[in-house]
Amino acid sequence: MNLSLLLEMSASTLEDRPAVTSGTRSLSYAQLDAAARRCAAKFLSMGATGVVYCGTNDASFPIAVFGAAYAGLPFIPLNYRLGEEQLQPLVEANRGAVVIAETAKIPGADPEMVVLRSTLLDASFSTSADIELPPFVDPEDVAIVLYTSGTSGTPKAALLRHRHLTAYVIGTVEFAGAEPDQAALVTVPPYHIAGLANLLSNMYSGRRIVYLESFDAQLWLDTLRNERITQAMVVPTMLARVVQHLDGSPADAPMLATLSYGGARMPLPVLEQALELFVGTGFVNAYGLTETSSTIALLGPEDHDAAFAGDPVAKVRLGSVGKVLPGIEVEVRDEDGNVLPVGEPGLVFLRGEQVSGEYEGGSVVDAEGWFPTKDRGWIDEDEYLFIEGRADDTIIRGGENIAPAEIEDVLRRHEAVVDAAVVGIPDDEWGQQIAAVVVLAPGKSVGVDELHDYCQQHLRSSKTPYRIEFRDELPHTPTGKLLRREVLADLLG
Amino acid sequence: MGEELEMDIKAGSRLACPECSVELVVVRPPSSAVVLTCGGVEVVDASADRPGGGHSGASGDGTLVGKRYADEDSGIEVLCAKPGPGTLAADGREVPIKGAKPLPSSD
Repeated sequence: MNLSLLLEMSASTLEDRPAVTSGTRSLSYAQLDAAARRCAAKFLSMGATGVVYCGTNDASFPIAVFGAAYAGLPFIPLNYRLGEEQLQPLVEANRGAVVIAETAKIPGADPEMVVLRSTLLDASFSTSADIELPPFVDPEDVAIVLYTSGTSGTPKAALLRHRHLTAYVIGTVEFAGAEPDQAALVTVPPYHIAGLANLLSNMYSGRRIVYLESFDAQLWLDTLRNERITQAMVVPTMLARVVQHLDGSPADAPMLATLSYGGARMPLPVLEQALELFVGTGFVNAYGLTETSSTIALLGPEDHDAAFAGDPVAKVRLGSVGKVLPGIEVEVRDEDGNVLPVGEPGLVFLRGEQVSGEYEGGSVVDAEGWFPTKDRGWIDEDEYLFIEGRADDTIIRGGENIAPAEIEDVLRRHEAVVDAAVVGIPDDEWGQQIAAVVVLAPGKSVGVDELHDYCQQHLRSSKTPYRIEFRDELPHTPTGKLLRREVLADLLG
Repeated sequence: MGEELEMDIKAGSRLACPECSVELVVVRPPSSAVVLTCGGVEVVDASADRPGGGHSGASGDGTLVGKRYADEDSGIEVLCAKPGPGTLAADGREVPIKGAKPLPSSD
C-alpha cells in the first residue's frame, strides 16, 4: 500500500467530484490526480531525493503530497514561519530534495531546487523527458518525515512509512463513503500530522477539502456558511477564539455535522461553551501523536451530547480522549514497566499497525511492538482513555504526582482568567512546588490571594498553587500546545 | 500450482484479473501458499498481459472498489483498487469482505 493509491482510487471512482478548494480555485479528483502525476515526473526529472514543503495551506499542498508519493519520494513538510536560524539546518538535512516554498530565497537550499508553491498548480511545471513513475512503491519506504519539535526542545525527525499511514486510512475510513455535498474545512497547518492525516482521510472518503491559508474566527465562520461546510477540524486555540468571537451568540452553522478537535489539550470551559453555541453539531475529540500516524482514540458525538445533557459519568468522560480505535492496543504502565490496573494513572503505551514510533536514527518501539508515548494517563472501567499530559510535565510535590492540566482547568474557570499555565518549580523541602502563571481577561482584575482561595475551594490544598504570577500572554506552539519549559524559564529567570 | 505462483505476493504488490477489470493491492501477504482467483481465473501481476475476455457465467457478487477482502486460512488480505464482475476466491474458498467499523469523522 502506497499513499498515491488512495488518490488514484478516488480519481478513477469519483472523477469530476470536487476534491479541493482554496480561494476561488477548485480541483476535481481527476484534476488533482493529473497534477500530482505531472509534478511527480517533474520532481524525478530534477533528480530530487525528497519533497520539502515549506508553504501555506492551499491546493498546492495535496498536489505536493501525492506528487511525492507518485514519485516514490519522502514528503517533508516544514513550518514556513520558522526563522532562518531554525529553518536552515532542516533544509540542509534534506539536501537533494526539491524545496517548495513561498519565496525563492530559502536559507540552506540549492537555488536550482527551489520551486515557488503556486507553480505546482501551473500546467507548465512539467517535464518533456520520458519519465516513468515507479510502478511499485514499497510500503516499507518512508512516506512522510515530520519534525516534531513538540514541547521539549530540539526537533526530531519522525518517520512515517507508507504502511503506517495507509493502515490508518483504510482501517478507519470507508472508501468513497462521503456524500457528494460533504465538505471539510481545514485550518490545521500542513506541517502537522493532523493536516496530513486529514488530507489522506478526506481524499479517500471522497470529501471535498476547503483550505483557509490562515485562521481568523470571523473568516472561519463565514467560510462554514458560504462553502456549506459539513466537517471541520480545529485546534483548541482556534475554538477558543471562535467562542470568544461569538460572545454568546449561536454559531449559526446548521450544515456543520461534525466539529473535531485535537492537537493539544482542550480546556473544558471552552468546550462547554462551544457545545452550547454549535447547536446540532456533533463534537469529536481526536487524540494521537505524530508517531502514531495521527488519531488513535476518539471521543464521539454521543459522549459529548450525554455530557451536555448533564449525565454525570459522561461529564467526567468529557475530560477523556474516548476509546482507542479498532486495531490499537493500549497499556498503562508504572515506572518499572508493570502494567497497571483500571483507574491507576501511569505511562501510556500503544501498539498497532499505524504506530511507527520511529525517528531518523532509530526506533523507540520495544521488541513486542509497544510505543512509549511519554504521556501520562489512565483507563476507566469502560475503556475510556484519560490523558493527563506529558510525563515530563508532571509535578512531583512531596512524592505526590500532580497533573498541571487539572489545576489549569480550575484556573481557567475563574471569570477573570482567560489562560493559565501550571509548572513545578524546584523546592528544597517538597522537591517541587506548584507555580501558576495566569493571563487575565481584558478589563478584568483579580488578586493573588483571591485566586489562591479560589483554587483551594476547588482543589485539594496539596494542589493549590504556592506561587501565582500574571503575564500578558503565554507561549504556545502553532497548534496550541503550551510551551511549559518557556513558562518555567521565565519564572526562574 | 500454476506458474503464476512464482508471482511475488508481497505487501503493496498490485494484482489484476486477466479476464475482467478487477485490480487489487496486497495489504497483507499470505502466510502460506495460496491460489487467489477472480471469477475462477488465477490473478496475475498487474503489469502482466491481460486478455480481458471477461468471465462467462460469473457467479457471486463481484469485487467492490475500496473493500478489503481477507482470507482467514491463508492470511492474505487485499484491497480492491478497481471493481469488476469477478468474485475472489482463495484456494476455491470465497473471500469475504473484511468488515470496517465506520468511525465518526475525526479529521
